Amino acid sequence: MRVDTSLAPLPAKRFGTRAARHLLRRAGFGGGPAEVAALRDRGRDGAIRHLLAYRRIAADNLPAPPVNPDVVRPLTREERRARRVARKTGDREALERIRAAYRRRRRRDRRMFRDLQQWWLEVMLETPRPMEEKLTLLWHDHFATGYRSVRDAYLLFQQNRMLRRHAAGNFQTLAKRIVRDPAMIKYLDNHRNRKGHPNENLARELMELFTLGEGQYTERDIKEAARALTGYGFRDNGFRFRHELHDHGMKRILGRRGRFDGDDLVRILLKREACSQWLAYKLYNHFVADVPAAPERIPSWARRVILDLAALLRRHDYALEPVLATLLRSRHFYEPRIVGQKIKSPAQLLVGAMREIDAPPRSSRALIRAMRGMGQRLFQPPSVAGWDGGRAWITTSTLFVRQNACAYLITGRHPVGGREQGQPYDPSPLLAALPSRDPEAVAHALIDALIGEAISRARREPVIRFARDKGPRLANDDVVGLLVLIMAMPEYQLC
Amino acid sequence: MAEDLRLWTRRGFLAAGATLVSTVSSVPAFLSSAGRVMAAADERGNGPSRAARDRVLVVIQLSGGNDGLNTVVPYGREDYYRLRPRLAIDRRDALALDDGSGIGLHPRLQRVRELIGEGLGSVIQGVGYPNPNRSHFASMDVWHTGDTDGGRGRGWLGVALDGARTGADGGMTCVSLGNDAPLATYGEQTRAVAVSDPDAFRFAARDLDPALAAAHDRLHEIPPGPDASGPTDFIYRTACDAQVASDRVRRALDREPAEGFPQSQLGRQLERVAAMVAEGLPTRVYYVGMGGFDTHANQPNRHASLLEQFDEAVYAFQRELHATGHAERVTTFAFSEFGRRAAENGSAGTDHGTAGPVFLFGDHVRPGLLGTHPSLENLQNNDLFHTVDFRSIYASLLERWLGLDSRAALGGRFRRAQVLDAGVRG
Repeated sequence: MRVDTSLAPLPAKRFGTRAARHLLRRAGFGGGPAEVAALRDRGRDGAIRHLLAYRRIAADNLPAPPVNPDVVRPLTREERRARRVARKTGDREALERIRAAYRRRRRRDRRMFRDLQQWWLEVMLETPRPMEEKLTLLWHDHFATGYRSVRDAYLLFQQNRMLRRHAAGNFQTLAKRIVRDPAMIKYLDNHRNRKGHPNENLARELMELFTLGEGQYTERDIKEAARALTGYGFRDNGFRFRHELHDHGMKRILGRRGRFDGDDLVRILLKREACSQWLAYKLYNHFVADVPAAPERIPSWARRVILDLAALLRRHDYALEPVLATLLRSRHFYEPRIVGQKIKSPAQLLVGAMREIDAPPRSSRALIRAMRGMGQRLFQPPSVAGWDGGRAWITTSTLFVRQNACAYLITGRHPVGGREQGQPYDPSPLLAALPSRDPEAVAHALIDALIGEAISRARREPVIRFARDKGPRLANDDVVGLLVLIMAMPEYQLC
Repeated sequence: MAEDLRLWTRRGFLAAGATLVSTVSSVPAFLSSAGRVMAAADERGNGPSRAARDRVLVVIQLSGGNDGLNTVVPYGREDYYRLRPRLAIDRRDALALDDGSGIGLHPRLQRVRELIGEGLGSVIQGVGYPNPNRSHFASMDVWHTGDTDGGRGRGWLGVALDGARTGADGGMTCVSLGNDAPLATYGEQTRAVAVSDPDAFRFAARDLDPALAAAHDRLHEIPPGPDASGPTDFIYRTACDAQVASDRVRRALDREPAEGFPQSQLGRQLERVAAMVAEGLPTRVYYVGMGGFDTHANQPNRHASLLEQFDEAVYAFQRELHATGHAERVTTFAFSEFGRRAAENGSAGTDHGTAGPVFLFGDHVRPGLLGTHPSLENLQNNDLFHTVDFRSIYASLLERWLGLDSRAALGGRFRRAQVLDAGVRG
């Protein structure tokens, strides 16, 4: 199949319902027919601006983050003294009290972590700025940091707030902030990186995963980069530069010499063409198509777009908003090979389904549990390399979890008799927006809205027949069944 | 009525599947000829032997850090009683493994000792890795990835199974009885199928309405085409595999076990594994587990109860495998992310430590007490030194039991620990 690889803008008159629906899914989580129509009516540029320049949209009514900065904290001076005394005197009871207090704090922190996961999901469900969440998810995946090693939910919240603040800003800022981010420093042990005793963990991942990609540097570059990051630690939930632990000597990184620190290091890395290409690949993979990371396995049409995108990133000095605007406006982005061909992440699937049909509130706990069954735990990526994404999301068991979770969203009935039973979905507002109440017409319209017009007649047939057999008028229960069925179509796993 | 309809539709689907479905790539893997793929591998003369391909590995994860010193008890050492004034197992209660070694099992591991006595089980002592990590999660990641730096999101089983994919397993190479796929099973293509609840391993909305169930079946009879390598076709094929797998798994789980199983978490999981093995699923690795081993306080009763659950469950499992005639094919491996501190703490518990024992069960294990018990005099920061690297056990299980290459999975060559019968060939 020939694929148009041009980043030139899609002719404005071709920006119709299908294009608007596609844009809303990729630069957000999708929406119902009315929302898609409203976006379409803004026109191509207006729609992209609306989604991307989201800061102009008020977002005051979102749930407040359930965080407390003091759950995990270093011992106070008095506490340290008490512990010293207890150890010296062998006061077992006092020591036990101290240990019990520590365990209590750990339990509270784990609870806060679970609350934080639910909070983020709720924000995705309710936000009027879906692109902000979409980008924050991208950066969470790119600068992957997990609770299991950080063991401090507040630090993860802080990181999330930082990623969110700069999500559509400049990648250089993001990269500079991430090497000063307490959660990342703790996750990759940089608080142990001291002059004369280097710890290369952060330096290595900064080069391999965050900026350049594998094989674009030498082991020596990593050693020298680690020296530039010595003394980058944290304290009291904040970044702390420990002057006396920093190696102030000359370093040689990627052919450049100087008394570099972390900011210098980021500047040097971002000057490399490889960095712009790696970032372009990441943006492409997140917003456009699932393509393998190994350069030789990327289809040639995708490679051309990625290289053009990389050049654009360099031209804009890594400013993200103009680059994303070009990408989302491009002819390539609306190609048939792109639309409806990307496997939904678990977050995309659930948040999308809820937003598309405007489902009544469902138990966040049940949704977080379902996402876990699908292989995605927020604030807990499997490793610093993030989620594999793409086809790795789909196994025989995750498919059932996906279908059953969607059925739960619609019916309110927990698939395996969990306690979380809610009210069933009332489809009347959705039906009111449709032009006809004829069962077959309703089925076609729902397939169009939830998946797309491109689905063949043969693939639609079982759904149409289901609707026809329920005729001549569909009861609410029948529409619920219809929605469950459409969301169980293989095509619904794509966006 | 709904039940009958469903059976009819499914049977029809299964029988008609191979002809109804026109493009080769859209044939569910269960329905494609597994035999041809296998025969091709045989002709090439590479890959695992036929016997190895039939073999199954069951991994039992004991989460929380099992206290090794009170599981495999060095009752012959004075140091043990010095380090554990309150928690030590009395030398009269320990179940001696063989005369003279002064090593025995916790008194609640009677059935495990019986299995060892029958030549069906072994304990490998002092298993760990260099520069041990005392965080549950970090150390669990080490055990899952086989990488002492915690790895890159790839697991030892997943990577090894990647190298042996035939496409004929219907996505069921690896089955986890937990809520999600464990990191150990993450390969490039491999990932465990999670079957925590058989009722969730199906499209539950079938029950809402027979017409819905029938329509859902029909959705999986019309291949999407024409792009056979595209994502739609991939999902469609996985969905077809899932339907067939769901039927087979649930049929397996309807089996009544020949022997009784304890109704503990582990007992129920192993009962299901035994049923799936007996049903002949194309699964090479089953992953099960139990938690609660993080015994910082009031350890004695809790630990005894956990070991008893373990003891009952693995014993019932071995008995069941013998009763169903599948014992030859199955080896079971049990591990924990670390052992605990050598000395007890002030609250009748133990804190996170390092090396610990692992267990192996099956007809083909080298039975008995293997390896050397870690020294109680020569401690490192009050912790035990490991005497066996866990990756040497992995290497043996992968190469000799499953007939898989271990080098990519373990990031290097590890000496294969002699933990299986001399006659076992991969």
